[in-house]
Amino acid sequence: MNFFIDALNFILDPANLGGPKGILPRLGDHLFYSGLAMLFALIVGLPLGLAIGHTGRGRAFVIAISGAARALPTLGLLFFIVLFTGLGLWPLVAVLAILAVPPIIAGSYAGLESVNRQTIDAARAIGMTEWQLLWRVEVPLALPLIIGGVRSAALQVIATATIAGYVGLTGLGRFLIEGLAVRDYTLAIVGAILVAALALLVDGLLALTQLLVTPRGVSRGVTSTAPRTRAPLRRASATP
Amino acid sequence: MVWLWQNLELVLGLTLDHARLSVVPVLVSLIASIPLGWLASQSRVLRAILLTLGGILFTIPSLALFISLPPILGTRILDEVNVVVALSIYGVAVMVRGSADAFASVSRDVIGSSTAVGYSRWGRFWAVELPLAGPVLLASIRVVSVTTVSLLSVGSLIGVTTLGYLFLDGYQRDFPTEVLIGIVFIVIIALVFDALLVLLGRLLLPWTRALPKASRATVTRAAAEVAS
Repeated sequence: MNFFIDALNFILDPANLGGPKGILPRLGDHLFYSGLAMLFALIVGLPLGLAIGHTGRGRAFVIAISGAARALPTLGLLFFIVLFTGLGLWPLVAVLAILAVPPIIAGSYAGLESVNRQTIDAARAIGMTEWQLLWRVEVPLALPLIIGGVRSAALQVIATATIAGYVGLTGLGRFLIEGLAVRDYTLAIVGAILVAALALLVDGLLALTQLLVTPRGVSRGVTSTAPRTRAPLRRASATP
Repeated sequence: MVWLWQNLELVLGLTLDHARLSVVPVLVSLIASIPLGWLASQSRVLRAILLTLGGILFTIPSLALFISLPPILGTRILDEVNVVVALSIYGVAVMVRGSADAFASVSRDVIGSSTAVGYSRWGRFWAVELPLAGPVLLASIRVVSVTTVSLLSVGSLIGVTTLGYLFLDGYQRDFPTEVLIGIVFIVIIALVFDALLVLLGRLLLPWTRALPKASRATVTRAAAEVAS
């Protein structure tokens, strides 16, 4: 356990915060790669997920694609792309985005599917257009599950962005890689602790968002009137 | 392709190692998550505790977990055990949620009826709850199996022999073919495992093929939520 105590001392030592190899610049880079990847993943994943959830078409196709994407080893994919394009930011952002798209799609279409059919029929019956139905009924009701998908995507992206250090970039993964290279266990565990802490922090913030955006009627319905057999299923992604 | 034929022995050896190392975490996840998931389906508080714990475990990056385990377990860094334990931890973390949903998907009426016809708690679990939770359990273990096979390649960064070796070697030698072959064989293992699990599901849960469409949709939806 000494490694962990040494690692905590390293993190708490102000001398290790700044400087080109310090914690703060690497933390900043790590967030930059992850944020960029999430941005692209959202641009691709959200419209697809919402389209599938709204129309009910293409679900089987997306489940198959998501499964296949999960099987692709991110490290191998990154090395493969880098060997063609050369080192740089974009190969990393691309593979991280590929990692993030399936959970975003799954979350958004599962969210729309969980919306009560009668509610949708009622919205149509009072004359809403499909566009209004999507943005004023389906998306607000599905928001907790949609954000649930974004949460697991962000988690995976932040955890996986550690591989940036292998392709000439920095980020918190550098601590892990440098530590491994010179058998400096403490340094490696510094990296491990920092990445896990960052992931937990971002996950916590998104969980808070999830709570804040849940329409009051939805949370009330889940806790009191929804049938017991369905309620846990629906809440599944809300509390991963 | 020429490279593949010349190094077939290496690739097949790595593939066997990779498959062998993936099996244990998948089995551990399945077996450990069944009692945990059942517990989580029994009370809201337990559910919240177990799922939060699983969520936290899953935030630890795989490479970080591989490195952190030796000082905790007292193993050497190159031991295969580290990777197997780490992937089992991930598997259980993901699977607990699926398993909790699986047991929650068993209708209260059915449980009530089986109690009424005289099942004990223990007998009811094996004869009623577990089989009915089967389809959702299967859907989640398929996700775990694919993720495990893919994550195992990271183990090569700390020196465990898996197909990830081809990534490192191909990268260092600037030889994309080798990396690609590594990716392809990993996807093949994942597909074979998935096919085996589906087959196992057909054998153990023969009634799911005759399910009406509506309940099948529930299973796919549950699978999608586990996957997200």
